[in-house]
Amino acid sequence: MKVEQQCKIIARERLTPDTVSMTLAVGDMVSSAITNTGRPIHPGQFIHIKCGEGLLLRRPISIQSWLGTRMGGTITVVFEAKGEGTRWLAQRQVGDTLDVLGPLGNGFRTTSGPYLLVGGGVGVPPLHACACYTGCASTAILGFRSKDRAILLDRFDEDCVDVQVATDDGSLGYHGFVDALVRQELEKKRHYQGVLACGPKPMLKRVAEVAAEFGVPCQVSMEERMGCGVGACLVCAVTMKDGTVKHVCKDGPVFDAEEVDWDA
Amino acid sequence: MPDVNLSVNLAGVTLNNPVVVASGAFGFGREYNQFYDLSELGGICAKGLTLHPRMGNPAPRVAETPMGILNSVGLENPGVDAFIKEELPFLRRFDTKIIANISGNTPEEYGVMCEKLSAAGVDMIEVNISCPNVKAGGLAYGTRPELAAEVTETAKKHANGVPVMVKLSPNVTDITEIAKAAEGAGADALSLINTIRGMRIDVSTRRPVLRMNTGGLSGPAVLPVAVRMVWEVAQAVKLPILGMGGVSKGADAAQLMLAGASAVAVGTALFTDPFAPLKVRDGLAEIAGRQGLSAVSELTGGVKPW
Ligand SMILES: Cc1cc2nc3c(=O)[nH]c(=O)nc-3n(C[C@H](O)[C@H](O)[C@H](O)COP(=O)(O)OP(=O)(O)OC[C@H]3O[C@@H](n4cnc5c(N)ncnc54)[C@H](O)[C@@H]3O)c2cc1C
Ligand SMILES: Cc1cc2nc3c(=O)[nH]c(=O)nc-3n(C[C@H](O)[C@H](O)[C@H](O)COP(=O)(O)O)c2cc1C
Ligand code: FES
Repeated sequence: MKVEQQCKIIARERLTPDTVSMTLAVGDMVSSAITNTGRPIHPGQFIHIKCGEGLLLRRPISIQSWLGTRMGGTITVVFEAKGEGTRWLAQRQVGDTLDVLGPLGNGFRTTSGPYLLVGGGVGVPPLHACACYTGCASTAILGFRSKDRAILLDRFDEDCVDVQVATDDGSLGYHGFVDALVRQELEKKRHYQGVLACGPKPMLKRVAEVAAEFGVPCQVSMEERMGCGVGACLVCAVTMKDGTVKHVCKDGPVFDAEEVDWDA
Repeated sequence: MPDVNLSVNLAGVTLNNPVVVASGAFGFGREYNQFYDLSELGGICAKGLTLHPRMGNPAPRVAETPMGILNSVGLENPGVDAFIKEELPFLRRFDTKIIANISGNTPEEYGVMCEKLSAAGVDMIEVNISCPNVKAGGLAYGTRPELAAEVTETAKKHANGVPVMVKLSPNVTDITEIAKAAEGAGADALSLINTIRGMRIDVSTRRPVLRMNTGGLSGPAVLPVAVRMVWEVAQAVKLPILGMGGVSKGADAAQLMLAGASAVAVGTALFTDPFAPLKVRDGLAEIAGRQGLSAVSELTGGVKPW
């Protein structure tokens, strides 16, 4: 059962000047997802948050981590204040209440065993849950614009075998894009079960190409502008290679990279 | 609350309550049935159907505007046959009226769809005339009285007695002309308004937000336009009206009913709040109760113009 719930903010932390981590008390939202789908939340699923009275469209934000009802019933999100809605959200304080729909969408499908986790910018947070879900046996390759925008590195260090960082300006780690590091890693190691990627579309496209070259299955978390968030209004369309149309909120946001028409 | 009779009559079809969900905002109902029982709704206007499946337009298909949204979905749908086979049996399980919404490239296509849908068993057929008529050089049926009359007549001829409701476009100079044409051609009811054409430009990139450049405006921003048009149409024709455009609470629905609507539809408000239709219904009942009415239907046409 999907629920709409008033959720209190119980923790809030600014990770960078523009990036905020927020933990919400979500009651039994997490646990109700377990009972009705036969599985717990999967990393890559999202919640749809109402951002004030004047904005009609909710904002989709990935679930970074969660605790079931017995453990307190919380969901943590990490987001960047970009436009009107996320700026409003970033100003909410502990004790304020948010109107939340969720959990929505389909997340990454994983087994335990090593995956290559590839994140860019605010695409990084949901991959941390993937790190935990894959038995802490995975390697993370994380890209940011610059050193001061890097987030969650200590968390990945704890839960991954290896963490590599790339920045666009070279202020931290490798100077360049993550796909170059993905190539290096896949050349060196052949044991990955797959690549799990979340970030801007141009990054996803390049990572998907590299993974395909090495014959490693790749799942990507796609972004598209949303209305309902549940699959009814059909605005969040993404074109598939076979010419069909799928919807990010309901069929995704996570898709097999080889399904997606990257040139559409 | 005192007992207010919520049921209303729309072209001979009795709705349990006056709140219907608008076509395109509710899919075929499966998603929102995860939030509440669809039998709580007065009726469901299903997603717009075409004779053959359609992929719709490229994304982005939605943009946010002040108290509104623009959409350019472009009638993505699985086609009328798939609807009848895969979606209608599900919708039929609920105690609510099922209204199929159809769009065609030619009047003949409307006719074929009406035959199929009436045989399959829907409660009403809503004829969307805001789409382009390929034969008339892409001109929207809803913008010319003679084209609107032609589709209405064809639909009516092939609907085998199932009530035909013509959905009017607000993108016209005088909506009463189109309303009268539809009435003259035998329509059983009218629904209005469809979306108003609009555009939003991203100033930093200088690109329109929608991939199609322009789209249809809906949401609270259009409510006053809807109220005005329902009021004008109600005076011009005798047909019952399903009013819509920007309804998100009971008082909005009451305005449309006072202007002349027999029932109302809720679309965009669902995106902000999946429970919006039920809240509109309860708000409407409360208003009727407060005004000492025994039935919400008494609101219809009750405006006292200056
Ligand atoms: C499945 C999914 C998960 C996401 N997870 C995260 C996350 O964990 N952290 C994070 O910081 N961001 C995430 N995003 C992106 C986030 O939704 C947008 O940054 C946000 O909606 C922008 O809203 P705004 O009010 O700041 O911008 P505005 O420009 O005011 O937004 C206007 C409209 O466009 C939409 N929009 C703008 N940019 C995007 C975008 N990139 N993707 C989808 N819709 C957009 C908005 O939702 C809104 O409807 C995710 C997007 C999706 C689709
Ligand atoms: C995403 C979306 C899709 C729509 N699709 C259809 C459609 O397929 N057929 C139709 O007749 N109207 C369609 N409409 C118009 C609505 O049914 C309604 O007339 C309009 O949105 C005004 O009501 P609202 O402000 O409550 O949304 C659509 C509207 C939206 C927002
Ligand atoms: S946002 Fe409505 S279908 Fe995806």
